[in-house]
Parts: sequence; C-alpha cells; structure tokens
Amino acid sequence: MSQQAGPNPAVTVVGASKVFNRGTPRQVDALVDVDVEVGANEFVSLIGPSGCGKSTLLRLIANLIDPTHGSVTVNGKPAAKARLDQEYGMAFQQAGLFDWRNVVKNVELPLELKGWDKQARRQRAMEMLALVKLSDFADHRPWQLSGGMQQRVAIARALAAHPPLLLMDEPFGALDEMTREHMQAELLRICRETGTSVVFVTHSIPEAVYLSDRVVVMSPRPGRITHVIDVDLGTTRDIDTREDAAFFKKITEVREALRGHELTGDVFVADGAAEDR
Amino acid sequence: MEAVVPRAALVVPPDDPPGRRRSRGVARKAILFVVALALVAGAWELYKRFGPQDGGEVFGWSILPRANDVAMPHVWDMGSRLFDPESRTSDIPIWRVVLAGAWYSLRLAIVGFAIGSFVGIGLATLMARFGLVRRGLLPYLVISQTVPMIALAPLVVSWGGRLSIGSWEWPRWLSVSVLGAFLAFFPVAVGTLRGLESASATSLELMRSFAATGGQTMRKLRFPAAIPRMLPALRLAATASVIGVVVAEISTGLRGGVGRLIIEYARQASGDPAKMYTALLGAAVLGLTMVGTVAAFEYGVNRQRPPVAQQGAGG
Repeated sequence: MSQQAGPNPAVTVVGASKVFNRGTPRQVDALVDVDVEVGANEFVSLIGPSGCGKSTLLRLIANLIDPTHGSVTVNGKPAAKARLDQEYGMAFQQAGLFDWRNVVKNVELPLELKGWDKQARRQRAMEMLALVKLSDFADHRPWQLSGGMQQRVAIARALAAHPPLLLMDEPFGALDEMTREHMQAELLRICRETGTSVVFVTHSIPEAVYLSDRVVVMSPRPGRITHVIDVDLGTTRDIDTREDAAFFKKITEVREALRGHELTGDVFVADGAAEDR
Repeated sequence: MEAVVPRAALVVPPDDPPGRRRSRGVARKAILFVVALALVAGAWELYKRFGPQDGGEVFGWSILPRANDVAMPHVWDMGSRLFDPESRTSDIPIWRVVLAGAWYSLRLAIVGFAIGSFVGIGLATLMARFGLVRRGLLPYLVISQTVPMIALAPLVVSWGGRLSIGSWEWPRWLSVSVLGAFLAFFPVAVGTLRGLESASATSLELMRSFAATGGQTMRKLRFPAAIPRMLPALRLAATASVIGVVVAEISTGLRGGVGRLIIEYARQASGDPAKMYTALLGAAVLGLTMVGTVAAFEYGVNRQRPPVAQQGAGG
C-alpha cells in the first residue's frame, strides 16, 4: 500500500528539532533534525526505546507542542492551521472517554465542538459506531465497556469528523494480547474503509510490522530517526500474515535496527515493556 | 434450556447493579443514624443518673457538668415539652413555634447557600481560568475565613441598611443570608477549584486536538469533571450556611428564626430548662433538612457516574 497519488501528503516534517527546558541545566534534546513524510492513505509506525522522542514527534504533528526548529505540515497546511481545521483525529493509550457522557455522546464530542447541529451529529456518530461495531452500545456509559471497546469508541470519536489523518499514541498498550491483535485487525479494516492515513506510536515490534506500510525506527539521546523500513506484506493482512515467514523476517529486521543503538542495555520485549513518558 | 443473555450483560454484572447496592447503603445509614441517636440519648440519661448533681471537680478544676434537672433535663421531658404551649399566655404548642422558626431560618439559609454557591463557583472558575487571579485571590479567601462572623455581622447590617436600589431596599433578613453565604462560599470555591483542575492531561490534550476553545474546554470537560469534587463541597456549604444563618440571627438580633428562639429560650432556662432544647432540636432538623436535600441531589447525580471512587475525565 505505498503512497497512492493524493493531492497532499498526509504529513510532512522537515528538519524538526525539539528542545525542552532550553537554556537550563535540565535541557533535553528530545528531537534532532527529523524528516518524515507520510503519504495519503499510508500507515506509518514510530518505534523506539523510552525517551527516543516518538511521542514528542507525534505531538509536534498534532500541534500540541511547537517545534524548536523546522516545519510541520499536515495535509498541505501548517500544523497549527491543520489542528484548528480538525485535519486529524487523535487516540491515546487511555481511551479518555468522558464518564458523564454516554457512548454516542462521546463520539459526538468533536462534532459538537465544531458546531454541528444535533441531528447531523447524532447521525454521524451512529455511523461511526457502526464502523467500529458498537451500535448496540450507544446508550451505555463508558465505564460499562471493556478496555478494547472503550478504545474502539475512542477511535470512532477521533474519526467522527472524517479527518484524513489519525494520530495514535500507543492506543493498544494497555490491552491484553488477544484483544490487542483483534484491535489491530479492526484498525486496519477501519483505515481501509475510510481511507485514513495513520501515524502510530508503539513499543511493540510485531504490532508495528503487522500494521505498517513503513516502520520508522528512532534512537534516544538525542531523539532522531535511524532507520526507515518498508514493510511489503501486501494490503490485505489477516491471521495468516502473523504466521508468514516474511512477517518474521520483517520483525527480525526491525529488531536488529533497534539493537543497532541499544546503548543503555534496555531490553526490547515484543509486548508489555511499559514506557514511561 | 439456556436463557438468552442480552449482550450488555456480558460487560455489566447483571445480579448486583450499582443502584441497588447504593440503596442498601442508604438503608444502612438510616439505621445507623437512629442507633447513634439512641446511644447519645442513653449516654445523656446515664450521666444524669450517675453524675454529680452540682458538678464535679477533678484536681480542683470544675469540669464535670451538673447532672441536675436545670442543667440536664430528661430526654423525655424535652420530648413532652414539644407538645406543651410555648408560654403561659399562649396556647400554641411549642413544636409549631419552633417549626415555624426553623422554616423561616431554612429560607434564609437557602438564600445564603445559593449566594455562596454562586459566588464560590464563580470565583473558582475565574481562578482556574486565570493563574494570576488564582495567585492573587486564594490567600485572601483563606484569610477571609479567619475573620470572626460576630465581628462582621454589624458591618454587613450597616452596609445593607444604606443600600437601596430604586424603590428596593435591602431587607434586614438579607444581611443574615449574606453572612450565611460568607461561610458557605469558601468550601465551594476550594472544592470547585480542585475539581476544575482534576481533568487529566490526556483529556486536555484531546480537547486541544479537537481545536476546542478555552470556554468549550471549561464547559464540556473541566466543569463536568469537577462535579465529583463539587458535590461534597456543596454539602459542606449547606451545613455552613445553616450555622452562618443561626449565628447571624443571634448577632444581628433578627426575629423570627430558630437562632433567635435559642437565645430567647436560653434566658428562660432556669425556670423551663427543657424549652431551650426544643429550639436546639429545631436547629438540628434545619441542618439535616439542608444537608439531606443536597445529599439527595448528590445521590441522583452520582447514579450517572461510575460506581467506583475513580472518577473524573477518564484516564
């Protein structure tokens, strides 16, 4: 699924750096001179050890923080304008659903903020719930759902305004392995159906390989990109993909790319190594 | 044959919904309340039976209360006093006088509670929105609560007396309500401020990613997230407004309320010791009514929330 000819690339990051606590003893070079391009319809994962700046890069793209140097363009617009125009939706490790709203009203939130009228946003939210297969749970409260279901609601909410880009920060990190694999398959299906590009932060190598068209490998101190690995496993990925020899070959390739700069002796486990942010 | 289980049942345990668990909790609390009341009455009568009639000294300090009938009337005398006429010149039973006084004070307390809550929530919103306001204002709010209300009462009455807008003149009872509000606003301001700041970092980033304005974030995230912390604060404010009103009635000399009855009946305590306790009972009923109303409201709101203590904006 390499870049389909779209009007604009989904994300273009040029020469981006981010320095935290600049000019103080606690100065941290979180990102140094990063270039990334994500094509329309492309799925790109960011992977790397703790402190490699992958979440920082995602937040730069989302315009939640500003780069110290360099530029970020989303769907042809400067990041700040793209955020105001809701050119992307975002999902986090914690589903972050609002307890005081039922499921369908949680999905309506971004539309409400955009000023959609009640009927239109209810109709769209129900469409989104159908997309994530939770139509029967529209009236439930978030805390009545399992973790995987909550995460599906969060994805429906992120995509409610039909943004061309989905930004995800370890969205399945808190789920058990079975749910996680199911969610990965669901995410690919949803992206295929909606034609959404994705930037996906993860610390799981199989997850990155299974989902992505390209895996961006990052290294810490200072955070930078060391490898970009194309994953040519075809556009339809299913249970068989996970047992394919090519799949394991890619996992090995990503693992070796990560090991190349494993300075501190961090152990890269496929799953479960919680990253402190 | 297996019964068809609705899909929802797979995620919500069907046999013990949170609602029923809560109502069981309410019944338990009601029983505990009656038991506690009985224990206090029992302790009172026990001391009266065995305590020293004219008080007692411990190491030369006169600290044990007198157990005689003037200082400590029997519990049942207080009870029966309720149904006797208020005074020799009147044939209205005293419970009606006390109830009328409590009703009068209740209305003043409700006005004070409303003013206090409004001001408290308003101040908290300003403080949460503007760091400068918070840093400048919060210390003064804390200091304000150290000013004794007795000292404040004459001031408020005299300021109020000079206030008139058009044909509207500041009624004397409003001073009492304002003094109640003065005690009530503080817990509301502090509780609401903490609540407004309780929204998680993730949910704030989420609102930013949806390009929400500051006002939208306040209305749709911070404020609803604050409610679990606001409700207990409102309950404290309900108590505070009752105390404020009763004390303010005494210190401003306003007639008609239960505070005034307490001071009046206390003067007659040597001849009619049980009388004062009927007024105290009125004040207690007044306080319970206020707190009970807010607690019922809180119960209704909490039913919409997760049953566990972990509340607020998810995550």
